[in-house]
Amino acid sequence: MLRKRVAMQDVEAESRLFSQRALVAMLLVMLAFGVIIINMYHLQVKSYQVYQTRSEGNRIKVVPLAPNRGLITDRNGILLAENRPVFSLELVPEQVEDMTATLAELASLISISEEQQQSFLKEVRQQRRFNSIALKEQLNDEEVAIIAVNQHRFPGVTVEARLSRHYPFGNLFTHALGYIGRINTNDLKRLEDSDQLANYAATRDIGKIGLERYYETELHGTMGYQEVEVNNRGRLIRVLRSVPAQSGKNIQLNLDVGLQLTAQQILLEKRGAIVAMDPRDGAVLAFYSNPSYDPNLFVHGISSSNYNELLNSPDRPLINRVTQGIYPPASTIKPHLALLGLETNTITPSTRIWDPGFFQLPGVEHRYRDWKRWGHGWVDVYSAIVESCDTFFYDMGVKLGIDRISDYMQKLGFGEKSGIDILEESNTNMPSRGWKRARHNQPWYHGDTVAVSIGQGYWTSSPMQLLTTTAVLLNDGLRPTPHMAKTLTNDAGSEQVSTALQPTVNVVNTRNWQVIRDAMLQTVNTPKGTAFNAFRNASYTSGGKTGTAQLVSIAQDAKYDANALDERLRDNAMYVGYAPAENPSIIIAVTVENIGGGGSTAAPIARQMLDYYFSAGVNNDE
Amino acid sequence: MNDSLVNSRHSNSRLAFFHIDTPLLLGLLALVGYGLLVLYSASGQNERMVEAQIIRLGVAFAVMIGMAQISPLTIRRWSLPLFIVGTLLLVAVLMFGHIGKGAQRWLDLGFMKFQPSEIMKLAVPMAIAWFISSHNLPPKFRHLLIGFLMCAVPTLLIAQQPDLGTSILIAGAGIFVLFLAGMSWKLIGLIVALISAFAPVLWLFGMHDYQRRRVLTFINPESDPLGSGYHIIQSKIAIGSGGVDGKGWMQGTQSQLEFLPERHTDFIFSVLSEEFGLIGVLILLAIYLFIIGRGLLIASRAQDNYAKLVAGSFTLTFFVYVFVNIGMVSGLLPVVGVPLPLVSYGGTSMVTMMAAFGIIMSVSTHKRSMAKT
Repeated sequence: MLRKRVAMQDVEAESRLFSQRALVAMLLVMLAFGVIIINMYHLQVKSYQVYQTRSEGNRIKVVPLAPNRGLITDRNGILLAENRPVFSLELVPEQVEDMTATLAELASLISISEEQQQSFLKEVRQQRRFNSIALKEQLNDEEVAIIAVNQHRFPGVTVEARLSRHYPFGNLFTHALGYIGRINTNDLKRLEDSDQLANYAATRDIGKIGLERYYETELHGTMGYQEVEVNNRGRLIRVLRSVPAQSGKNIQLNLDVGLQLTAQQILLEKRGAIVAMDPRDGAVLAFYSNPSYDPNLFVHGISSSNYNELLNSPDRPLINRVTQGIYPPASTIKPHLALLGLETNTITPSTRIWDPGFFQLPGVEHRYRDWKRWGHGWVDVYSAIVESCDTFFYDMGVKLGIDRISDYMQKLGFGEKSGIDILEESNTNMPSRGWKRARHNQPWYHGDTVAVSIGQGYWTSSPMQLLTTTAVLLNDGLRPTPHMAKTLTNDAGSEQVSTALQPTVNVVNTRNWQVIRDAMLQTVNTPKGTAFNAFRNASYTSGGKTGTAQLVSIAQDAKYDANALDERLRDNAMYVGYAPAENPSIIIAVTVENIGGGGSTAAPIARQMLDYYFSAGVNNDE
Repeated sequence: MNDSLVNSRHSNSRLAFFHIDTPLLLGLLALVGYGLLVLYSASGQNERMVEAQIIRLGVAFAVMIGMAQISPLTIRRWSLPLFIVGTLLLVAVLMFGHIGKGAQRWLDLGFMKFQPSEIMKLAVPMAIAWFISSHNLPPKFRHLLIGFLMCAVPTLLIAQQPDLGTSILIAGAGIFVLFLAGMSWKLIGLIVALISAFAPVLWLFGMHDYQRRRVLTFINPESDPLGSGYHIIQSKIAIGSGGVDGKGWMQGTQSQLEFLPERHTDFIFSVLSEEFGLIGVLILLAIYLFIIGRGLLIASRAQDNYAKLVAGSFTLTFFVYVFVNIGMVSGLLPVVGVPLPLVSYGGTSMVTMMAAFGIIMSVSTHKRSMAKT
């Protein structure tokens, strides 16, 4: 078919037609080029003067100036986060006559790695010849001195000082302060979303975690800028106008260096958390998670070996145990439950039950054991708290039912974020019927309620939460919002962080609240109390509650034997206490992992902290 | 037309043995050399960037020489399969494509990213030329209609991505084939009239917001001097302040002080105009005109209609690149992201363009073998 058509083609005519069209196309191309040339003539010849003038005027550039980051101090003004000058060795390529020789000579004076030299030379090729380029950063004092002495031999070589964040107390405040680091893509996106990107034009670092992150906007300050005139080589000629940067706000914390040091010295090798605050306004006085790590490692970019060591350590130092440590609250929540029992008239201050050493649900064989195998005998609400009787709470818990427990405890603050001024706070769980249905697709059993009645089972909380919910008991239903920052100050003035208290549950009868506080007082001050030994002969009166959280369930008739258990499965020790008994000014929560009983281990730690607090006169009142 | 263009027919040098068209090669080399000179300045004396461009050009020239070895008869046989595969890939991009810069143009094959619209720059004119040349010229109305359809489908698919620049280039390449094949002037007039009538509808329903903004900015750049109009204003200042003889190599304040955006890619012509002035611009245009003239000459001397149409269409597409790019940076046309061919840094289109020149060279040097068939 094709062949036939080809045979009929008039090849000559078709070729002529194409050449004609090609010629037309060429003419159109030349016409188009003509248009371009006319336009160019118009721009480059006729309007030359106009554009030449505008090009000359185009010599003003805006150079951003980074603000100084706000300082952070403890309650007494001791510096916790400061800006220190760090020195870097920099070279201006066009002023260096022989780059290879200069590099070799510098390397013979101070240690400069092959890698540093290579990345420097790479920068040199990419940057303008009059820009100063860093060869080595973070020079030590000796290196600075060596370069200074030999300065005259090296034209174009300078030591530049830049401000860099430093945390003088190292690992003491890490989980509270956090740290800053280089701005990365995630940070950029966050800045863009919050419309802050322009303000960071000259900034290299940003708060990554902790207070540094939470108060990033306040600490950072406002960028300044210079309008500079540059010559036709881009070199700065003069500064036309300068708008100085506005430094970030300085933050004074409620934290106390002395209390922090005490906490660190007590915990030493133990894993755990100590947190203390003023229950009247939520001012956090101590905030320490052990083990900790040095935040200064992160400021200049942590090496991967250092980071992996932190990440893979079995002690998990990166976890902020105060707010991210999720533990069963155990007996520490008995006062909270007893309050609910009293307020709902499930029990009265004079209700007594017989404790044979175990509890049984009606019609069920299973015995829920008390920690005291032979039982506490007759117990009322006071002795149930003082001696931490499990059976009393098993019984009351089942009578209350999970719905009332769950609802009331959530109002007190369990399962909710405490609202402290850092973002590293994990979700805890206050279980309910709906939660179990959604999470495990199972109905709620009475046995679940029994476990919840002594703060075990599905119930988890953090030391921070334990602290705020217990403060509610002291404040007749008002919950403080914990805050480490006290005042934020800049040239314009200073502002106080809000200390307002939040209402939680309805108070039915304030006498019930007093009953609970009396019981906690007796826990510390009567010989049968679980914290009596720990606080014997203290110079102040205090109240509190111990807790011992089981991490493994012990078989029906077996005995808990710490030595037989793997260390990581041993009980957590807990204590929450406050002082002075009348009008408390400090409340403290201590959690120590895998160490044993709350009364024998955690309470003595709280005692040492409170002893320091009263002897050193750390006081929020003045 | 031009003496030097005609003379080359008889200069049967050693290069002809490798199916290289000497004048075309010289034109391209002159262009590339000039381009590298400008790029060195435009990149802020960045040697690595120039090195990368030289490597890319090396690959592109190798592709050109490779394509030149293939007979136009073989290329003709590839036309339809390539077109079909390319169209299917365009559909695939719309369905699974990688979204980059707000437009989905890339197909991630795992080992490399791939832009099917590049294939279509070659496949669309090849397939239409294949179809039209299998009938007598000038084409009948129904053949033209099918030709338009073959052009419209990929154009609309690419416009969906959305990539206005490429879809214009591909639509142009297809229409050039029909024009060169001898579509009647009446029909041409009708189409021009239809397009001008259709433009307002396209404006209202067929364009993305950013495309509309570009057109508005084009009409009045000074209305938004710090937004999208900034590019055009700075570019015009660069061009205008170059004057007749320019500010000198690496002396352009607009480009060296980084007032000019994308100065080494789409706006490299502004750097050239600023530093080399009107004289430099005329030299560049002369080189382009020589290449285009040589391409059309090769097309009209080809002995087979398919070869004529393909070579002619490729050459005219090359012209469109030049015209759209220069037009956009000098404020004659809206900004549509088309590089200055063989001068702009990078650009996935460089290899495609050189493959097209390879096919043109093949047309120019395989005459004898074709005459035998």
